[in-house]
Amino acid sequence: MFKIREKLQQTEVWKSIFRHNYQDTNRNRALQIVDNVFMHLHPVRISRHATNIGFTWGMGGITFLLFIVLTITGVILMFYYRPGAEYAYEDMKYLMNDVAFGPLIRNMHRWGAHAMVITVMLHMFRVFLTGSYKPPRQFNWVVGVVLLVLTLLLSFTGYLLPWDQLAIWAVTVGANMARATPLLGHEGPFGAELGMRIDNDIRFLLLGGTQVGPPTLLRFYVGHCILLPLIASVFMAVHFWRIRKDGGISGPETEKKKL
Amino acid sequence: MADPLKEEIPETAEPPFERPKTMPPAPSLQKPVAPAIKKPKQDKAPIEDPGIWRISRRNFFSVAGWASFFMFLATSTISSLRFMFPRVLFEPPSAFEAGFPEDYLVGEVSEKYKDEYRVWIVREADGFYALSAICTHLGCTPRWLAEENKFKCPCHGSGFRRTGINFEGPAPRPLERLNIGLGPDGQILVDRNLKFLYERGDWIKPEAFLPYA
Repeated sequence: MFKIREKLQQTEVWKSIFRHNYQDTNRNRALQIVDNVFMHLHPVRISRHATNIGFTWGMGGITFLLFIVLTITGVILMFYYRPGAEYAYEDMKYLMNDVAFGPLIRNMHRWGAHAMVITVMLHMFRVFLTGSYKPPRQFNWVVGVVLLVLTLLLSFTGYLLPWDQLAIWAVTVGANMARATPLLGHEGPFGAELGMRIDNDIRFLLLGGTQVGPPTLLRFYVGHCILLPLIASVFMAVHFWRIRKDGGISGPETEKKKL
Repeated sequence: MADPLKEEIPETAEPPFERPKTMPPAPSLQKPVAPAIKKPKQDKAPIEDPGIWRISRRNFFSVAGWASFFMFLATSTISSLRFMFPRVLFEPPSAFEAGFPEDYLVGEVSEKYKDEYRVWIVREADGFYALSAICTHLGCTPRWLAEENKFKCPCHGSGFRRTGINFEGPAPRPLERLNIGLGPDGQILVDRNLKFLYERGDWIKPEAFLPYA
Protein backbone atom coordinates (compact mmCIF):
# COMPACT_ATOMS: atom_id res chain seq x y z
CA MET A 1 0.00 0.00 0.00
CA PHE A 2 2.78 2.37 0.99
CA LYS A 3 4.70 1.36 -2.12
CA ILE A 4 1.78 2.11 -4.39
CA ARG A 5 1.55 5.55 -2.87
CA GLU A 6 5.25 6.11 -3.34
CA LYS A 7 5.03 5.02 -6.97
CA LEU A 8 2.04 7.23 -7.50
CA GLN A 9 3.92 10.20 -6.17
CA GLN A 10 6.67 9.60 -8.71
CA THR A 11 4.29 9.77 -11.68
CA GLU A 12 4.31 12.77 -13.94
CA VAL A 13 0.61 13.39 -13.35
CA TRP A 14 1.05 13.60 -9.59
CA LYS A 15 4.12 15.80 -9.87
CA SER A 16 2.44 18.15 -12.29
CA ILE A 17 -0.40 18.74 -9.82
CA PHE A 18 1.47 18.73 -6.52
CA ARG A 19 4.65 20.73 -6.87
CA HIS A 20 6.14 20.06 -3.46
CA ASN A 21 5.87 17.57 -0.63
CA TYR A 22 4.07 18.25 2.59
CA GLN A 23 6.71 17.68 5.21
CA ASP A 24 6.21 20.21 7.99
CA THR A 25 8.98 22.64 7.19
CA ASN A 26 8.86 26.42 7.02
CA ARG A 27 9.51 26.28 3.31
CA ASN A 28 6.68 23.86 2.65
CA ARG A 29 4.28 25.82 4.81
CA ALA A 30 5.04 28.93 2.78
CA LEU A 31 4.77 27.01 -0.50
CA GLN A 32 1.36 25.68 0.51
CA ILE A 33 0.09 29.26 0.58
CA VAL A 34 2.02 30.65 -2.36
CA ASP A 35 1.48 27.73 -4.74
CA ASN A 36 -2.25 27.53 -4.16
CA VAL A 37 -4.47 29.70 -6.31
CA PHE A 38 -7.08 29.94 -3.55
CA MET A 39 -4.57 30.65 -0.79
CA HIS A 40 -2.08 32.92 -2.52
CA LEU A 41 -4.15 35.99 -1.71
CA HIS A 42 -3.32 35.34 1.93
CA PRO A 43 -0.21 36.48 3.73
CA VAL A 44 2.40 33.70 3.80
CA ARG A 45 3.13 34.43 7.44
CA ILE A 46 1.12 36.15 10.10
CA SER A 47 2.27 37.51 13.42
CA ARG A 48 1.39 35.80 16.66
CA HIS A 49 -1.20 38.36 17.76
CA ALA A 50 -3.14 37.89 14.52
CA THR A 51 -4.15 34.40 15.62
CA ASN A 52 -5.66 35.85 18.78
CA ILE A 53 -9.42 35.52 18.38
CA GLY A 54 -9.92 38.35 20.86
CA PHE A 55 -8.15 40.71 18.49
CA THR A 56 -9.88 39.93 15.18
CA TRP A 57 -13.05 38.22 16.43
CA GLY A 58 -12.65 36.22 13.21
CA MET A 59 -15.44 38.33 11.80
CA GLY A 60 -14.00 38.82 8.34
CA GLY A 61 -13.49 35.08 7.97
CA ILE A 62 -16.97 34.32 9.29
CA THR A 63 -18.42 36.80 6.80
CA PHE A 64 -16.57 35.05 3.98
CA LEU A 65 -17.75 31.66 5.24
CA LEU A 66 -21.34 32.94 5.23
CA PHE A 67 -20.86 34.24 1.69
CA ILE A 68 -19.80 30.75 0.62
CA VAL A 69 -22.76 29.17 2.45
CA LEU A 70 -25.11 31.67 0.78
CA THR A 71 -23.62 30.98 -2.65
CA ILE A 72 -24.04 27.23 -2.31
CA THR A 73 -27.54 27.31 -0.80
CA GLY A 74 -28.52 30.00 -3.32
CA VAL A 75 -27.49 27.84 -6.26
CA ILE A 76 -29.48 24.95 -4.78
CA LEU A 77 -32.56 27.15 -4.39
CA MET A 78 -32.27 28.21 -8.04
CA PHE A 79 -33.17 24.67 -9.08
CA TYR A 80 -36.72 25.15 -7.81
CA TYR A 81 -37.32 28.89 -8.00
CA ARG A 82 -38.63 30.62 -11.12
CA PRO A 83 -38.45 34.42 -11.13
CA GLY A 84 -41.81 35.01 -12.80
CA ALA A 85 -44.70 36.81 -11.14
CA GLU A 86 -46.98 33.77 -11.62
CA TYR A 87 -44.47 31.29 -10.21
CA ALA A 88 -42.23 32.99 -7.66
CA TYR A 89 -44.53 32.87 -4.64
CA GLU A 90 -45.78 29.37 -5.46
CA ASP A 91 -42.22 28.10 -5.89
CA MET A 92 -41.25 29.60 -2.54
CA LYS A 93 -44.24 27.84 -0.95
CA TYR A 94 -43.31 24.63 -2.74
CA LEU A 95 -39.76 24.88 -1.43
CA MET A 96 -41.00 25.45 2.09
CA ASN A 97 -43.64 22.72 2.14
CA ASP A 98 -42.94 19.94 -0.33
CA VAL A 99 -39.32 19.93 -1.47
CA ALA A 100 -37.12 17.52 0.47
CA PHE A 101 -34.79 19.56 2.66
CA GLY A 102 -36.28 22.67 1.02
CA PRO A 103 -37.02 24.44 4.31
CA LEU A 104 -33.51 23.67 5.56
CA ILE A 105 -31.83 25.14 2.48
CA ARG A 106 -34.09 28.17 2.31
CA ASN A 107 -33.73 28.89 5.99
CA MET A 108 -29.96 28.50 5.76
CA HIS A 109 -30.04 31.06 2.97
CA ARG A 110 -32.37 33.39 4.82
CA TRP A 111 -30.69 33.27 8.22
CA GLY A 112 -27.24 33.24 6.65
CA ALA A 113 -28.15 36.46 4.86
CA HIS A 114 -29.29 38.09 8.08
CA ALA A 115 -26.16 36.86 9.84
CA MET A 116 -23.89 38.14 7.11
CA VAL A 117 -25.17 41.70 7.49
CA ILE A 118 -24.53 41.44 11.23
CA THR A 119 -21.02 39.98 10.85
CA VAL A 120 -20.09 42.62 8.26
CA MET A 121 -21.13 45.28 10.77
CA LEU A 122 -19.19 43.61 13.60
CA HIS A 123 -16.16 43.21 11.32
CA MET A 124 -16.20 46.92 10.51
CA PHE A 125 -16.71 47.72 14.19
CA ARG A 126 -13.63 45.65 15.07
CA VAL A 127 -11.56 47.24 12.31
CA PHE A 128 -12.59 50.64 13.59
CA LEU A 129 -11.79 49.82 17.22
CA THR A 130 -8.35 48.40 16.43
CA GLY A 131 -7.56 51.34 14.15
CA SER A 132 -6.96 48.99 11.25
CA TYR A 133 -8.31 51.54 8.78
CA LYS A 134 -5.21 53.70 9.34
CA PRO A 135 -2.29 53.91 6.88
CA PRO A 136 -1.38 51.87 4.95
CA ARG A 137 -4.82 50.27 5.09
CA GLN A 138 -7.03 53.22 4.07
CA PHE A 139 -7.74 51.82 0.63
CA ASN A 140 -8.75 48.45 2.02
CA TRP A 141 -11.25 50.21 4.28
CA VAL A 142 -12.75 51.78 1.16
CA VAL A 143 -12.92 48.38 -0.53
CA GLY A 144 -14.61 47.13 2.65
CA VAL A 145 -17.21 49.89 2.50
CA VAL A 146 -17.98 48.90 -1.11
CA LEU A 147 -18.41 45.32 0.11
CA LEU A 148 -20.78 46.53 2.83
CA VAL A 149 -22.89 48.30 0.21
CA LEU A 150 -22.85 45.17 -1.98
CA THR A 151 -23.94 43.07 1.01
CA LEU A 152 -26.84 45.43 1.67
CA LEU A 153 -27.80 45.43 -2.03
CA LEU A 154 -27.74 41.63 -2.03
CA SER A 155 -30.04 41.70 1.00
CA PHE A 156 -32.34 44.21 -0.66
CA THR A 157 -32.60 42.34 -3.96
CA GLY A 158 -33.02 38.98 -2.21
CA TYR A 159 -35.81 40.37 -0.07
CA LEU A 160 -38.09 40.78 -3.11
CA LEU A 161 -37.73 37.23 -4.41
CA PRO A 162 -40.35 35.48 -2.17
CA TRP A 163 -42.84 37.80 -3.98
CA ASP A 164 -45.22 38.06 -1.03
CA GLN A 165 -46.89 41.18 0.30
CA LEU A 166 -44.04 41.90 2.71
CA ALA A 167 -41.48 41.67 -0.10
CA ILE A 168 -43.41 43.81 -2.57
CA TRP A 169 -44.15 46.62 -0.13
CA ALA A 170 -40.71 46.57 1.44
CA VAL A 171 -39.15 47.03 -2.00
CA THR A 172 -41.78 49.62 -2.90
CA VAL A 173 -40.74 51.61 0.15
CA GLY A 174 -37.03 51.05 -0.50
CA ALA A 175 -37.25 51.98 -4.15
CA ASN A 176 -39.29 55.09 -3.38
CA MET A 177 -36.26 56.52 -1.62
CA ALA A 178 -34.60 56.52 -5.06
CA ARG A 179 -37.22 59.06 -6.17
CA ALA A 180 -35.42 61.62 -4.04
CA THR A 181 -31.97 60.97 -5.55
CA PRO A 182 -30.32 64.28 -6.41
CA LEU A 183 -30.19 64.90 -10.18
CA LEU A 184 -31.25 61.34 -11.08
CA GLY A 185 -34.58 61.03 -9.22
CA HIS A 186 -37.73 62.75 -10.41
CA GLU A 187 -38.54 64.07 -6.94
CA GLY A 188 -34.98 64.82 -5.91
CA PRO A 189 -33.11 68.13 -6.01
CA PHE A 190 -32.65 69.32 -9.60
CA GLY A 191 -34.33 66.12 -10.85
CA ALA A 192 -37.29 67.82 -12.49
CA GLU A 193 -35.02 70.52 -13.94
CA LEU A 194 -32.97 67.81 -15.65
CA GLY A 195 -36.10 66.33 -17.23
CA MET A 196 -36.53 63.41 -14.82
CA ARG A 197 -39.98 61.87 -14.87
CA ILE A 198 -41.39 58.80 -13.16
CA ASP A 199 -40.74 56.85 -16.35
CA ASN A 200 -37.12 57.77 -17.00
CA ASP A 201 -35.35 58.31 -13.68
CA ILE A 202 -33.04 56.13 -11.60
CA ARG A 203 -35.95 54.43 -9.83
CA PHE A 204 -37.39 53.44 -13.20
CA LEU A 205 -34.02 51.91 -14.08
CA LEU A 206 -34.01 50.01 -10.80
CA LEU A 207 -37.58 48.70 -11.09
CA GLY A 208 -37.88 48.32 -14.86
CA GLY A 209 -41.22 50.10 -14.61
CA THR A 210 -43.03 52.82 -12.71
CA GLN A 211 -44.05 50.40 -9.97
CA VAL A 212 -42.81 47.15 -8.46
CA GLY A 213 -43.95 44.52 -10.97
CA PRO A 214 -42.81 41.41 -12.85
CA PRO A 215 -39.91 43.26 -14.55
CA THR A 216 -38.68 44.27 -11.09
CA LEU A 217 -38.72 40.66 -9.93
CA LEU A 218 -36.67 39.53 -12.91
CA ARG A 219 -34.26 42.44 -12.58
CA PHE A 220 -33.68 41.81 -8.89
CA TYR A 221 -33.30 38.09 -9.51
CA VAL A 222 -30.55 38.54 -12.09
CA GLY A 223 -28.85 41.13 -9.92
CA HIS A 224 -29.13 38.95 -6.83
CA CYS A 225 -27.91 35.72 -8.43
CA ILE A 226 -25.32 36.89 -10.93
CA LEU A 227 -24.36 40.55 -11.07
CA LEU A 228 -23.90 41.41 -7.40
CA PRO A 229 -22.17 38.14 -6.32
CA LEU A 230 -19.77 38.53 -9.26
CA ILE A 231 -18.89 42.10 -8.32
CA ALA A 232 -18.63 41.13 -4.66
CA SER A 233 -16.25 38.27 -5.52
CA VAL A 234 -13.92 40.62 -7.38
CA PHE A 235 -13.94 43.09 -4.51
CA MET A 236 -13.38 40.30 -1.98
CA ALA A 237 -10.34 39.08 -3.92
CA VAL A 238 -8.92 42.60 -3.84
CA HIS A 239 -9.85 42.93 -0.16
CA PHE A 240 -7.99 39.76 0.88
CA TRP A 241 -5.02 40.47 -1.35
CA ARG A 242 -4.67 43.96 0.08
CA ILE A 243 -4.42 42.52 3.60
CA ARG A 244 -1.33 40.65 2.47
CA LYS A 245 0.08 43.64 0.61
CA ASP A 246 -0.48 45.95 3.58
CA GLY A 247 1.51 43.70 5.89
CA GLY A 248 -1.01 41.21 7.20
CA ILE A 249 -3.47 41.76 9.98
CA SER A 250 -2.82 45.00 11.80
CA GLY A 251 -1.15 44.86 15.17
CA PRO A 252 0.17 46.95 17.99
CA GLU A 253 3.27 49.05 17.38
CA THR A 254 5.47 46.73 19.46
CA GLU A 255 4.53 43.73 17.36
CA LYS A 256 5.50 45.55 14.21
CA LYS A 257 8.99 46.15 15.55
CA LYS A 258 9.44 42.46 16.21
CA LEU A 259 8.59 41.70 12.63
CA MET B 1 40.69 49.78 7.50
CA ALA B 2 41.03 47.13 4.91
CA ASP B 3 37.89 45.70 3.40
CA PRO B 4 37.56 42.23 4.83
CA LEU B 5 35.72 41.06 1.75
CA LYS B 6 38.55 41.91 -0.61
CA GLU B 7 41.31 39.43 -0.44
CA GLU B 8 44.69 41.01 -0.80
CA ILE B 9 46.66 39.38 -3.52
CA PRO B 10 50.17 38.73 -2.37
CA GLU B 11 52.80 40.06 -4.74
CA THR B 12 54.53 36.76 -4.71
CA ALA B 13 51.76 35.17 -6.70
CA GLU B 14 52.50 33.92 -10.20
CA PRO B 15 52.56 36.60 -12.94
CA PRO B 16 49.34 37.22 -14.89
CA PHE B 17 48.74 35.04 -17.93
CA GLU B 18 50.16 36.48 -21.13
CA ARG B 19 48.67 35.42 -24.40
CA PRO B 20 51.36 34.04 -26.76
CA LYS B 21 51.46 35.91 -30.06
CA THR B 22 50.92 32.71 -32.04
CA MET B 23 47.57 32.12 -30.33
CA PRO B 24 44.48 33.34 -32.17
CA PRO B 25 42.65 36.12 -30.40
CA ALA B 26 39.78 35.19 -28.10
CA PRO B 27 36.48 34.82 -29.98
CA SER B 28 34.90 37.73 -28.18
CA LEU B 29 37.56 40.05 -29.56
CA GLN B 30 37.00 38.97 -33.16
CA LYS B 31 33.62 40.67 -33.52
CA PRO B 32 33.13 44.41 -33.19
CA VAL B 33 31.70 45.01 -29.76
CA ALA B 34 28.48 47.01 -29.52
CA PRO B 35 28.81 50.23 -27.57
CA ALA B 36 27.78 49.80 -23.97
CA ILE B 37 24.25 50.89 -23.17
CA LYS B 38 24.27 53.79 -20.79
CA LYS B 39 21.83 52.86 -18.10
CA PRO B 40 20.75 55.51 -15.67
CA LYS B 41 21.40 54.56 -12.08
CA GLN B 42 17.71 54.69 -11.30
CA ASP B 43 14.82 53.64 -13.51
CA LYS B 44 13.67 57.09 -14.52
CA ALA B 45 11.23 58.09 -17.22
CA PRO B 46 12.87 60.09 -20.03
CA ILE B 47 12.52 63.82 -19.48
CA GLU B 48 10.27 65.75 -21.85
CA ASP B 49 9.38 62.63 -23.76
CA PRO B 50 5.88 63.02 -25.24
CA GLY B 51 5.51 59.24 -25.10
CA ILE B 52 2.55 58.06 -27.09
CA TRP B 53 1.96 61.58 -28.40
CA ARG B 54 5.27 61.72 -30.27
CA ILE B 55 4.26 61.93 -33.89
CA SER B 56 5.11 58.69 -35.63
CA ARG B 57 3.24 56.05 -37.54
CA ARG B 58 3.51 53.58 -34.69
CA ASN B 59 2.08 56.05 -32.20
CA PHE B 60 -0.69 57.05 -34.56
CA PHE B 61 -1.88 53.47 -34.70
CA SER B 62 -1.46 53.13 -30.97
CA VAL B 63 -3.59 56.20 -30.26
CA ALA B 64 -6.14 55.18 -32.85
CA GLY B 65 -6.33 51.72 -31.35
CA TRP B 66 -6.85 52.98 -27.84
CA ALA B 67 -9.32 55.59 -29.02
CA SER B 68 -11.47 53.01 -30.80
CA PHE B 69 -11.26 50.73 -27.77
CA PHE B 70 -12.55 53.43 -25.45
CA MET B 71 -15.14 54.55 -28.00
CA PHE B 72 -16.38 50.98 -28.12
CA LEU B 73 -16.44 50.80 -24.33
CA ALA B 74 -18.32 54.09 -24.02
CA THR B 75 -20.92 53.34 -26.69
CA SER B 76 -21.56 49.83 -25.43
CA THR B 77 -21.95 51.18 -21.88
CA ILE B 78 -24.44 53.76 -23.09
CA SER B 79 -26.38 51.23 -25.15
CA SER B 80 -26.44 48.72 -22.27
CA LEU B 81 -27.76 51.47 -20.03
CA ARG B 82 -30.41 52.36 -22.59
CA PHE B 83 -31.22 48.66 -22.89
CA MET B 84 -32.23 48.68 -19.23
CA PHE B 85 -34.96 51.28 -19.85
CA PRO B 86 -37.93 49.37 -21.29
CA ARG B 87 -39.84 50.96 -24.17
CA VAL B 88 -43.08 49.16 -23.43
CA LEU B 89 -44.60 48.98 -19.97
CA PHE B 90 -47.01 46.19 -19.14
CA GLU B 91 -48.77 48.34 -16.62
CA PRO B 92 -52.36 49.61 -16.49
CA PRO B 93 -52.84 52.76 -18.58
CA SER B 94 -52.61 56.08 -16.81
CA ALA B 95 -56.05 57.25 -17.97
CA PHE B 96 -59.19 55.19 -17.43
CA GLU B 97 -62.97 55.45 -17.50
CA ALA B 98 -64.59 55.17 -14.10
CA GLY B 99 -68.25 54.60 -14.95
CA PHE B 100 -71.14 57.05 -14.99
CA PRO B 101 -71.66 59.74 -12.32
CA GLU B 102 -75.01 58.19 -11.46
CA ASP B 103 -73.26 54.98 -10.37
CA TYR B 104 -71.97 56.63 -7.21
CA LEU B 105 -73.80 57.33 -3.96
CA VAL B 106 -73.34 60.64 -2.20
CA GLY B 107 -70.73 60.33 0.54
CA GLU B 108 -69.23 57.20 -0.95
CA VAL B 109 -65.49 56.48 -1.14
CA SER B 110 -65.37 54.03 -4.02
CA GLU B 111 -62.65 51.38 -3.96
CA LYS B 112 -63.75 49.94 -7.28
CA TYR B 113 -60.66 51.16 -9.14
CA LYS B 114 -58.17 50.78 -6.31
CA ASP B 115 -56.86 47.32 -7.15
CA GLU B 116 -56.09 48.07 -10.77
CA TYR B 117 -55.41 51.78 -10.83
CA ARG B 118 -54.72 52.68 -7.17
CA VAL B 119 -57.35 55.42 -7.23
CA TRP B 120 -60.29 56.20 -4.96
CA ILE B 121 -63.26 58.05 -6.43
CA VAL B 122 -64.88 60.14 -3.70
CA ARG B 123 -68.45 61.31 -4.23
CA GLU B 124 -69.37 64.41 -2.26
CA ALA B 125 -72.70 66.20 -2.34
CA ASP B 126 -71.61 68.62 -5.06
CA GLY B 127 -69.33 66.37 -7.12
CA PHE B 128 -66.32 64.05 -7.41
CA TYR B 129 -62.62 63.99 -6.83
CA ALA B 130 -60.09 61.25 -7.50
CA LEU B 131 -57.56 60.47 -4.77
CA SER B 132 -54.33 58.67 -5.51
CA ALA B 133 -54.04 55.58 -3.27
CA ILE B 134 -50.30 56.05 -2.87
CA CYS B 135 -49.19 57.01 0.62
CA THR B 136 -47.17 60.21 0.52
CA HIS B 137 -44.78 58.77 3.09
CA LEU B 138 -43.12 55.90 1.22
CA GLY B 139 -45.63 54.75 -1.35
CA CYS B 140 -47.66 51.93 0.22
CA THR B 141 -51.38 51.64 -0.46
CA PRO B 142 -53.48 52.98 2.45
CA ARG B 143 -56.78 51.36 3.38
CA TRP B 144 -60.14 53.10 3.50
CA LEU B 145 -61.63 52.59 6.98
CA ALA B 146 -65.29 53.55 6.48
CA GLU B 147 -66.20 53.30 10.19
CA GLU B 148 -63.46 55.73 11.18
CA ASN B 149 -63.93 57.84 8.06
CA LYS B 150 -60.22 57.89 7.28
CA PHE B 151 -57.49 56.38 5.13
CA LYS B 152 -54.91 54.41 7.08
CA CYS B 153 -51.59 53.19 5.71
CA PRO B 154 -50.62 49.70 6.96
CA CYS B 155 -46.89 50.25 6.48
CA HIS B 156 -46.09 53.03 8.94
CA GLY B 157 -49.48 54.18 10.22
CA SER B 158 -50.05 57.40 8.29
CA GLY B 159 -53.67 58.59 8.46
CA PHE B 160 -55.56 60.80 6.02
CA ARG B 161 -59.02 62.38 6.18
CA ARG B 162 -61.48 61.59 3.43
CA THR B 163 -60.42 64.83 1.74
CA GLY B 164 -56.87 63.45 1.56
CA ILE B 165 -55.43 65.74 4.24
CA ASN B 166 -52.84 63.98 6.42
CA PHE B 167 -53.41 64.16 10.15
CA GLU B 168 -51.44 61.35 11.81
CA GLY B 169 -48.35 59.25 11.25
CA PRO B 170 -45.22 60.08 9.30
CA ALA B 171 -46.79 61.19 5.99
CA PRO B 172 -45.41 64.66 5.26
CA ARG B 173 -48.17 65.90 2.93
CA PRO B 174 -51.74 65.14 1.86
CA LEU B 175 -52.66 62.48 -0.68
CA GLU B 176 -52.51 63.61 -4.29
CA ARG B 177 -55.66 64.30 -6.27
CA LEU B 178 -55.83 63.34 -9.91
CA ASN B 179 -57.25 64.86 -13.04
CA ILE B 180 -60.98 64.07 -13.24
CA GLY B 181 -63.48 65.00 -15.94
CA LEU B 182 -66.28 63.72 -18.11
CA GLY B 183 -65.60 61.76 -21.27
CA PRO B 184 -67.53 62.18 -24.53
CA ASP B 185 -69.70 59.16 -23.64
CA GLY B 186 -70.67 60.67 -20.29
CA GLN B 187 -68.36 58.47 -18.25
CA ILE B 188 -66.03 59.81 -15.61
CA LEU B 189 -62.48 60.06 -16.99
CA VAL B 190 -59.50 59.91 -14.62
CA ASP B 191 -55.96 60.67 -15.76
CA ARG B 192 -53.36 59.59 -13.22
CA ASN B 193 -50.56 61.42 -15.01
CA LEU B 194 -51.95 64.83 -14.04
CA LYS B 195 -51.58 65.31 -10.32
CA PHE B 196 -52.93 68.06 -8.11
CA LEU B 197 -51.03 68.76 -4.92
CA TYR B 198 -52.70 70.44 -1.96
CA GLU B 199 -49.48 72.12 -0.83
CA ARG B 200 -49.18 73.81 -4.20
CA GLY B 201 -52.77 75.03 -4.03
CA ASP B 202 -53.79 72.82 -6.97
CA TRP B 203 -56.97 71.43 -5.44
CA ILE B 204 -59.04 74.49 -6.38
CA LYS B 205 -58.19 74.00 -10.05
CA PRO B 206 -61.22 72.94 -12.14
CA GLU B 207 -59.57 69.73 -13.38
CA ALA B 208 -59.17 68.46 -9.82
CA PHE B 209 -62.91 68.41 -9.13
CA LEU B 210 -65.86 67.20 -11.19
CA PRO B 211 -69.13 68.94 -10.24
CA TYR B 212 -72.24 66.76 -10.41
CA ALA B 213 -74.49 68.08 -13.11
